[in-house]
Amino acid sequence: MKKIYYINIALILILTPLKNDAFGISEEFTDNIYNPGILKPVDSVLKVKIGDLAPDFTLPSLSGEKVSLKQFKGKNNVVISFVPAAWTPVCSDQWPGYNIVKEIFDNNDAILLGITVDNIPTLFAWTNQMGRLWFPVLSDFWPHGKVADMFGVLRSDGVSERALFIIDKEGIIRYIHIADINKRPDLELLVTELEKMNMK
Amino acid sequence: MKIKNVFRLTGVLISLLFFTYQAFADKKQLAEGNKLPEIILSVPKNTEHQKYLGITGKGTFNIPQIKAEVVIIEIFSMYCPHCQREAPTINKFYEELVNSQKLKDKVKLIGIGVGNSAFEVSHFRKTYKIQFPLFPDADYSIHKKIGEVRTPYFIGVRIIKDGTHRIFYSKLGGAKEANQILKMLLHRSGLV
Repeated sequence: MKKIYYINIALILILTPLKNDAFGISEEFTDNIYNPGILKPVDSVLKVKIGDLAPDFTLPSLSGEKVSLKQFKGKNNVVISFVPAAWTPVCSDQWPGYNIVKEIFDNNDAILLGITVDNIPTLFAWTNQMGRLWFPVLSDFWPHGKVADMFGVLRSDGVSERALFIIDKEGIIRYIHIADINKRPDLELLVTELEKMNMK
Repeated sequence: MKIKNVFRLTGVLISLLFFTYQAFADKKQLAEGNKLPEIILSVPKNTEHQKYLGITGKGTFNIPQIKAEVVIIEIFSMYCPHCQREAPTINKFYEELVNSQKLKDKVKLIGIGVGNSAFEVSHFRKTYKIQFPLFPDADYSIHKKIGEVRTPYFIGVRIIKDGTHRIFYSKLGGAKEANQILKMLLHRSGLV
């Protein structure tokens, strides 16, 4: 029995260094990404629906200014991208892609607001690794997750869903996509919806 | 510890070892000297790209079927900041290749966008005005076969006249390294 015990210890020692490091696939984030593993795909209940007036909010942004949804009324369509948390695999791989699609947003009179429940210093350090982001990054840190909760995308562990909302110039919600938290939503879905809305 | 539990733990550890070995074996797939894992790509619709690769018709093809002595594969993602930053450098390298009388028919460059849909790859192409063929890997199936490497990753494949091939270069890229990596890769190909 002692032998088997030692074999197990040996196996543990062999296995430990071979952990899988295939998350957060961009080399940019090597060693800085915490892997939470596979999570429950969706863990909240929406509180808004398509056709509703979007709840207004004001949140601090990375640039230091406060950003309110109502300031875009009559001017821009607004895409809100909630991502669960800084320094996690899929999230670190989503906004850098949005960073090269500004033209698509411009062509559709749309602006993008990126929101997480992290605080400003965390968002500052995290987004610095993505290069200069063209869109405002807002912190829904305090009161914790209040805006995510207003939309019904605050998960039971205090992070938000990976969710996209399109709000038109009148402030009406036109599109809602609550993605599986473990997967990055395909950009084409969002672009198709934006273009469809802009044609109306 | 009860004997039953010890056996149970041994069983769990052996299966873990097996799965870890599998993952490790996949990474070995890109080891220099090895053959490429089978990567099946769709024949590009763009006729210029077909001409460049020496692949015609519809359907699919394997990378070693590309008409070249050396194929350079960039594993990228439009969501990867390094890949975005390095795109102009890689474009310049491609220009140098196609403008070189010595290398233009011998060395071909392609990109595979891991986790990128056709739409996303096409957007990446438009944004950085990329001339060489790019292929989507929307469901990460190619990414899994090559051991889920990080991006950007560069692979050099030597295609031998008897129809066989081998990987002669395999390296992860990083900040401001693409040019150095590509030059080293060309050097190692033995063609320059």
